[in-house]
Amino acid sequence: MTTATQTAAADNLSGGSALLTLMKLRTFIALFAVIIFFSIFAPNFLSTANMILMSKHATQNAFLAIGMTFVIITGGIDLSVGSIVGLCGMIAGGLIMHGVALPLGYTVYFNVFEVVIIVAAAGILIGAVNGLLITRLNVAPFIATLGTLYVARGMALLYSDGQTLPNLTGREDLGNQGFAYLGSGTIIGLPVSVWILIAVALAAAYFARFVPLGRHIFAVGGNESASRMSGIRVNRVKMFVYMFSGFCAAIVGLIVSSELMASHPATGTNLELNAIAAAVLGGTSMSGGRGTIGGTIVGAFVIGILSDGLVMMGVSSFWQMVIKGLVIIVAVVVDQAQRRLQQRVTLMQMAKAD
Amino acid sequence: MMTDIDDGDVILELKDITKAYSGIVALKKANLKLRRGAVNVLVGENGAGKSTMMRIIAGVERPTLGEIWMDGKRIQFDNPADAVRHGIGIVFQELNLFGNLSVAENIFATREITRGLRGIDHQAQVDRANVFLNRLEAGISADTLAEDLPIGQQQLVEIARAVSLDTRILIMDEPTSALSAAEVDVLFRVIADLKAQGVAIVYISHRLEELMRIGDYITVLKDGQITGHAKVRDIDTRWIVRSMIGSDAKDFAKPVDHLPGEEVFRTEEICLPRAQGGYAVDNVSLGVRKGEILGIYGLMGAGRSEFFECVMGRHEHATGKIFIDGKELKGRDTTRRIREGLALIPEDRQREGLVQSMSIADNLSMASLGQFLKAGFHIDLKLEKRAIMDAIRSLSIKAKNPEFEVTSMSGGNQQKVVIGKALMTGPKVLLMDEPSRGIDVGAKADVFRTMRRLAGEGLAILFSTSDLEEVMALSDRIAVMSNGRLVRLVDRQDATEEMIVAASAEGHKPKRMHA
Repeated sequence: MTTATQTAAADNLSGGSALLTLMKLRTFIALFAVIIFFSIFAPNFLSTANMILMSKHATQNAFLAIGMTFVIITGGIDLSVGSIVGLCGMIAGGLIMHGVALPLGYTVYFNVFEVVIIVAAAGILIGAVNGLLITRLNVAPFIATLGTLYVARGMALLYSDGQTLPNLTGREDLGNQGFAYLGSGTIIGLPVSVWILIAVALAAAYFARFVPLGRHIFAVGGNESASRMSGIRVNRVKMFVYMFSGFCAAIVGLIVSSELMASHPATGTNLELNAIAAAVLGGTSMSGGRGTIGGTIVGAFVIGILSDGLVMMGVSSFWQMVIKGLVIIVAVVVDQAQRRLQQRVTLMQMAKAD
Repeated sequence: MMTDIDDGDVILELKDITKAYSGIVALKKANLKLRRGAVNVLVGENGAGKSTMMRIIAGVERPTLGEIWMDGKRIQFDNPADAVRHGIGIVFQELNLFGNLSVAENIFATREITRGLRGIDHQAQVDRANVFLNRLEAGISADTLAEDLPIGQQQLVEIARAVSLDTRILIMDEPTSALSAAEVDVLFRVIADLKAQGVAIVYISHRLEELMRIGDYITVLKDGQITGHAKVRDIDTRWIVRSMIGSDAKDFAKPVDHLPGEEVFRTEEICLPRAQGGYAVDNVSLGVRKGEILGIYGLMGAGRSEFFECVMGRHEHATGKIFIDGKELKGRDTTRRIREGLALIPEDRQREGLVQSMSIADNLSMASLGQFLKAGFHIDLKLEKRAIMDAIRSLSIKAKNPEFEVTSMSGGNQQKVVIGKALMTGPKVLLMDEPSRGIDVGAKADVFRTMRRLAGEGLAILFSTSDLEEVMALSDRIAVMSNGRLVRLVDRQDATEEMIVAASAEGHKPKRMHA
């Protein structure tokens, strides 16, 4: 009787562990599932050209999702990233086309490198505004970033009176050519934007594990007052995540306008929702404290491939929305189930060790 | 020692109850009889199966094997509502209040007083709730929000809710863990009342002297089995301890022989104004020497926790000076205070001590990551891991795998994790706010031994408690706080229990010279 119970428990345990591993890998499984599905049903899906195009699309989403992941881990949300993309794109376009007119009658033009620095700083600045609203003025993250969403979008539209800034090739005499490199250049066959993503993602993952501030992000999201009692500067951590999220959005703004060689003020509309979806799909918990950069990247690619693949199959854009929504809901349901199972397995492992 | 005793008037009986969770057997063929009009005490270390047994009686869990009999009939509870219908009420150990609702709404949750279609009669609820609260002499107004109450008063609200249920069986799981001596007295009077009305009370506590005072029948659980059952008047505390842990436990804190060194920590005129006027902490000045344990005794609301919070820089509008090694501290926020050699173990472990979503290891190292840095920003994982393993070893934390979530451990071990986290910051002065709250006798002795050892290693320790025996046994010097003021500061040798109890009530005297 005793032996039987034990064997049953052991079987149960290994069964639970296997299922748990399977659930932990669900984002990867989803990634392979969409790739296999579309390589069978979508023509030319596996061609190099298509792969590169898709990775470019997914990259934009992935950048925002990385920033969003940190924000969500602290228990917040950043709705303003889509608008920051638009505004930063306009700033980049404006700097290249018009430069900055100084009151003395001079106009200063910047080279592409300087433009990138300025635009990134602008993104970080808007993130800092979000952070200050949330930490100093105690505005709920949802409301604070909803506010900056409108402000930033409005400013992008005001900048050019709603017009597109076309043809951002720069002029040879001003030395500001070469903006196209960011969006359409390649290194060893891969787009520059993908390389930047790899760099940013690795840096973020490193940061989350090996840098104290990165670790603190998880502590703050898990239990804010315990973090405070442990001497963690909670406000500093929150400032950082919103500024980083703004930085990620600025990069996307640069890449998008470089790719099109034009800046349109409505660029990036609704991208924040894609970023949230990617983070959640990648296992980030909306209640804070849990999430990984790797998971988020895979989540961003699942969403990217899903939408591109459906387009290639000729599925109507209305159905695409329905499918995307269902995928997100299923992801969260599985996530909950995994957490429950995880608790059970941990308990069983403890019991077994006793 | 399973003597056959007169069983009196049994209302509920558990017969050969076994409860198995996947992999663990929490209860093994346990028998329990609850008597009408008596206090049935249940003791055992954490994890002995007390809570499981109560959850079965309260209908939260169903037994794997065995039968429940009530009033001579076999019954079965499918859910907690079933148990409530049979007249069973429970005060859980962890507070279960809705912080965002008023006290009255909490007390009448799920059985609101309504006026037909006109909705809830809030006034009637408040009035009725006040009756129950006054009976407990809680001094709480029923229309305050539950989250605005200190933890001791929240516990009183829980008790008021259970009392208001009109139950035939009332289970109280550590009802006194956050109560002051005066509040405990009131609670015991209420229990005596209920007893006289024929209510069967199940009383769970780790405070043995309390059990001796209030209990009629006692049942001891160990590892899911009943190891002792007797009438309280036939036994003594040693019998309880023996049944609980199998042998006589050692006295929890034999003072180690070492002389305290020079003063490392001093506060001068720490004040914290209250929002309602007056002071929560009123001009507290004291000093602690190296290797000394200073026990701060006081009732609920005496300002002990607030004093600690002022020292840790939690309150921006607190005034006063703090010195470490004779140097005044400049930093006013918690981060800098920790860097300057202070560390606090908060009273509320779940809310302010642990990050529940993180592993045991991450919880231990979260406050001291700065020590493992290379090149100013890179955490050396090996160094970190070694420090974590050191902490686990030196505090004998029972962690099978430090990567497990911290919530998978027992209360005593969770407390040790919080202590370990504080120690890893390398403090010179350790503040411990009610370090023994909600942990069992074994773990408590462990924590006290650790405190003694740390003091022996030269750490200055301040701890607060509302347990007289604890403060007498553990301290080198005893400070008594009352109503925000430091009213007494004496050496252990010169202190008597009467003197301390008298001092702790001083601040609450109706009239004061300068009032």
